[in-house]
Amino acid sequence: MAMTQDEIFGKVRGVLVEALAVDESDVTPEAVLTADLGAESIDFLDIVFKLEQAFGIKIGQGELFPDNVRQDPKFVQDGKVTAEGLAALEQRLPHADLAALRADPRVGNVGRIFTVQTLVKFVDRKVNAS
Amino acid sequence: MWIDRIVELVPRERLVAVKSVSLGEEHLHGYAGAGAVMPGALIVEGMAQSAGILVGHAGGFREKGVLAKVSRATLEREAVAGSTLRYTARLERLDAAGASTRGVVELIEPGASGAAPAREIGRIDLLFSHLDQNAAGREFPAENFVFGESFRAILRMSGFDAV
Repeated sequence: MAMTQDEIFGKVRGVLVEALAVDESDVTPEAVLTADLGAESIDFLDIVFKLEQAFGIKIGQGELFPDNVRQDPKFVQDGKVTAEGLAALEQRLPHADLAALRADPRVGNVGRIFTVQTLVKFVDRKVNAS
Repeated sequence: MWIDRIVELVPRERLVAVKSVSLGEEHLHGYAGAGAVMPGALIVEGMAQSAGILVGHAGGFREKGVLAKVSRATLEREAVAGSTLRYTARLERLDAAGASTRGVVELIEPGASGAAPAREIGRIDLLFSHLDQNAAGREFPAENFVFGESFRAILRMSGFDAV
């Protein structure tokens, strides 16, 4: 039976409370993992492991959070994500909303695409795919 | 090393190690006022070594696995000189990017009629990252500087295959 968005959000919130030691009330759909919830790079691995356990899914390396985009000179030039970089992100991260990054493609904004809702959409695609 | 001996190893599942808390060790002197107790940070390190060997052994010590995050560390009782700490690390998750472990710390206190039963005094959950698989794509030296000879030596000394 398919999980509802509310059910997925509730479990994702539990994962983030445990992984990032934040209050439940801080975990809103629009909260940015880094800027609002204080996630650091190593926390992403922790979040991946905990999501796998919570939902019984397998998440491949780079599937949820992209590898090597910010370090690839094809994808980032003069401190901004290139059109090629945006296309790569769109292809690799169909669960992410890139509208804000398209409007302001500064590389520092890449982290802002990872909100709580991004995780909910990602899990929704994984658990309700079939 | 912050463990004395490995007493159990079930590859890719769990590792149990022990550490005698000795007044002969300088780090006990004067710690926490008058009490000669094992510093909590070194108990975390003991668990990190126990869990690290479990993770390293699971990958044949080919990966450069470093402690990346202490996900949880609770210690409810002090370990005084003369007691023994027992670390049980369980492998929760292992993949190319890293590993997570859950750990229980037990204390065996000395008594007039022999050692008391082991009592759980804390839980320490850890996250390890495999450096060569890091998302930033940074490169590290070819040699495995994380798992040096001391880690394999304590496995061999404890009677286990060091892979």
